[in-house]
Amino acid sequence: MPAIRLTLVCLVFFCGIYTMAVWSIAQLAPGQGNGIIVSDSGNTQYINIGQSFISDKYFWPRPSAVEYNGAGSGGSNYGPSNPQHLEEVQARIDTFLIHNPGVQKSEIPSDLVTASGSGIDPHISVQAAKIQVKRIARIRNISENDLAHMIEKYTEKPLLGLFGTERINVLKLNLELDSE
Amino acid sequence: MNTEILGVILMYATVLVLAIPLGRYIGKIFNYENTWLDKIFNPIDHIFYKLSGINPSIEMNWKQHLLALLIINAFWFVIALFVLSNMSWLPLNPDGNPSMSWDLAFNTAVSFVSNTNLQHYSGETGMSYFGQFILMLWQFISAATGIAICAVVFNAMKERTTDKLGNFYSYFVRTCTRILLPIAFIGAIILVFNGTPMTFEGKDTITTLEGKEQQISTGPAAAFIAIKQLGTNGGGYYGPNSSNPMENPNYITNILETVFIFLIPIAMIFAMGYVLKRRKLAIMIYTVMTIGFLSLVIPSIYFEMNGNPAIDQLGISQNMGNMEGKEVRFGSAASAYWAINTTCTSNGSVNAMHDSMTPLTGMFAMLGMMVNSFYGGVGVGFLNFYIFIILAVFIGGLMVGRTPEFLGKKVEAKEVKIAMIIALLHPLMILGATALTSFLYSGNPEIYAGWLKNPSHHGFSEFLYEFSSASANNGSGFEGLGDNTPFWNITTGLVMLICRYLPIIGPVAIAGMLASKKYIPESVGTLKTDTSTFGILVIAVIGIVAALAFFPALTLGPLAEYFVMNGM
Repeated sequence: MPAIRLTLVCLVFFCGIYTMAVWSIAQLAPGQGNGIIVSDSGNTQYINIGQSFISDKYFWPRPSAVEYNGAGSGGSNYGPSNPQHLEEVQARIDTFLIHNPGVQKSEIPSDLVTASGSGIDPHISVQAAKIQVKRIARIRNISENDLAHMIEKYTEKPLLGLFGTERINVLKLNLELDSE
Repeated sequence: MNTEILGVILMYATVLVLAIPLGRYIGKIFNYENTWLDKIFNPIDHIFYKLSGINPSIEMNWKQHLLALLIINAFWFVIALFVLSNMSWLPLNPDGNPSMSWDLAFNTAVSFVSNTNLQHYSGETGMSYFGQFILMLWQFISAATGIAICAVVFNAMKERTTDKLGNFYSYFVRTCTRILLPIAFIGAIILVFNGTPMTFEGKDTITTLEGKEQQISTGPAAAFIAIKQLGTNGGGYYGPNSSNPMENPNYITNILETVFIFLIPIAMIFAMGYVLKRRKLAIMIYTVMTIGFLSLVIPSIYFEMNGNPAIDQLGISQNMGNMEGKEVRFGSAASAYWAINTTCTSNGSVNAMHDSMTPLTGMFAMLGMMVNSFYGGVGVGFLNFYIFIILAVFIGGLMVGRTPEFLGKKVEAKEVKIAMIIALLHPLMILGATALTSFLYSGNPEIYAGWLKNPSHHGFSEFLYEFSSASANNGSGFEGLGDNTPFWNITTGLVMLICRYLPIIGPVAIAGMLASKKYIPESVGTLKTDTSTFGILVIAVIGIVAALAFFPALTLGPLAEYFVMNGM
C-alpha cells in the first residue's frame, strides 16, 4: 500500500529530519532553544514570561486569569458584557486606587485592570508604569525623577519606531529596581 | 499615523509582496516546469517515491484522486487515534501527561487529520512531546492534502478534454518537499532566534523575584509553530496559542506568524493564474476575496481599538482599546487583524482571546468562517470559492439568457446540483448543530451549566462560534465554552469530518466532470468570467447564499449583545 509507506516516509522526514534540523540550529540561538533567559544572582529568569508581583514595592503587571502559571497559560474568556467580568475589573480599579493614593480613576489604562490572553503577558503600557511611580518612590525612597528615567530607559519602542505598540517589560523593570 | 495601524498595513503589504512570486513558484511546481531548486528537491522526491513504491507518472482520473485522498486520510485517522489514546506509556513524555479519553482522542484525531486543529485539550497538560510530534506531522500532511487536491482542480480547469488529471501522490510529495518544508524551516529558525523554545527537556521551575515558585513549559515548540501557521492548521503548542509569549515572543514573530497565515492561501490564487495562463481571472478572484476580507477586517480593527463600551462606563482610560484577552506587545489593532486573518482562512490560531472581543468583532470573525473562502484554507479555500463561481456562472447565465459556461466547458444541471448541495451543507451543519445544542441547553440549563462561561446572548454566540469553527475546519474558539465533554467532542468531531471531505469531493467531482466535456472556444455568446461585472456577481452570490443564511442566527448572538451593550 503506497498510503502506509508514504506516511512512514513523511514521519521520518517531518518528525525526524525537520525537527532535528531545527533543534540543531536552535543550539546556536540565545538560550540554546530554551527561551530567553537571564541570570539574576544565581536565579534563572525567563524574560518573556510575566511573573506575578503583588507587593507594593514592585511595579505591578497585568492581572492574570491563571495566576501567572507558565505551565497552564490562558485567558479569562469573559465576554465583554459579562457582569461578573465587569465586577472583577471594578474590584481591581478599587484595589489599585487604595494602594496608589493620588491617582485619578481616569488615568488608569485598561491594560492594567484587564487579564491578558496568555495570563503570562510580560508587558504593561507606559502609562500603566507611570501611574505606579508615586507608590514605588514612597516605599523605596527613590526620587520620582529617577523612576521616570528608569521607565524611559526600559520603554520598548514600536518596531523601527513605526510599527506596533510602545510597552515596558515589567520583569526587566523590577530586576532593575532590585539592583538599585 | 497610529503605529498600531501602520503595523497592520505592513503585515498585509509583506504578505502580498511574498505571495505573488510564491504563487508563480507554486504554479511552476504543479506544471512540472524546471526551477532552480530542482537540484536539491529532485533527489529528495525520488527518495519519497522509491521508499513509498509510487510511480509518479501514472495519471489518475478524478475518482481515483479522491479514492487515494480518502484512503490515506482514513489511515492517518487510525494512527492519530492510537497515539492520542496511548500517550501516557509511549516515549517522549517528560512531564508525565496522561492519555486522552476516547471521545477527546476521536475529536482531536479528526481535528488534525481534517486540517481543523480545534483543540479541546490544553497543550501544556494534555499532550506528550510524542503526541505533539504526531500532530505536527498531521499539520504538514493535512495541509499538503488540501494543496494537492487543489492542484488537481487547477489541472482539470485547463483548456482541453481529458479525464487524466495527474498523479495525486506526486502533487502531494511535491507540495510537502518544495513548498511546506523549506518555508516552515525558515520560519522555525526565525522563531528560535526570537526566543521560541526548541528543546526536549521538560517543564522548568523557577523562583520569581517575590520568592514564589513558577512553573514554565518549554518543549520542541518552534518547529511546530512554523507549520501550524503556514499550513492554515492553527493548533497551538501551548493552550492559549500564539498569545503565549513562548509561542509568539515579540512583534517581529507576530508579523512572521500573521504573514504565514495568508501566504499560501493568497499564493494559490496566483498559482492558478499561472497554471491556466489566466492572469485576469486570478486578479478577479483576488479582488473579490480582498474586498470581502477588508469589509470584515476594517470594522473589526475599529471596534477593538475603540474599546469595550462597558469598561468605558467604569471611568478608566481605554487608549489601548479593548485589552481583555489581549497582549500588550501586539496591541488591539494587530489582535483584531489576526482574528480576521485566522477566520477568513481556515487557520484558527489566535494571538488574543476571541471570546473577549467586542460583540461585532466576534461577529465578523464568525462571518469569515461562515463564508470560508475569502482566501480560505490552503487549497480548500480555492475549492470553496470554485463552488461560488459555478453558482455565479449558472445564475449569470440564466439572467442574460446565455448557456452557462466556465472556461470553455458547459455547466449543466448535474454540476449545479452538486455545487448547491455543497454550498448549503455549511449553513445546514452550523445552524442545525447550534439549534440542537441550544434546544438541549434551554431544556436543562442546570445540567449543562458547565458549557457556558458567559450568560445570555454571548453564551449563544459561544455555541454558534464553535460550530462555525468546526464546520469551516477553522479551529479557533470562543474558549469560554466548556468543550471537553463527550457531547461537544462527538458533535464537533462529526461536523469537522463531514465538512472537510464533502466540500473536497464536490468541487473535484465538478471539475473532473467538466474536464471530460468538449471544449468550446470563447465566442461573443460567452459569459466572460474574468471581468469586474462577474466579480460583483460572485460577491452577490456569496452575500445571498452564504452570509444571509446566517443573518437570523447572528441577530440572536453578537448583534443582540451589541445593541444591549450600547443601551439600545
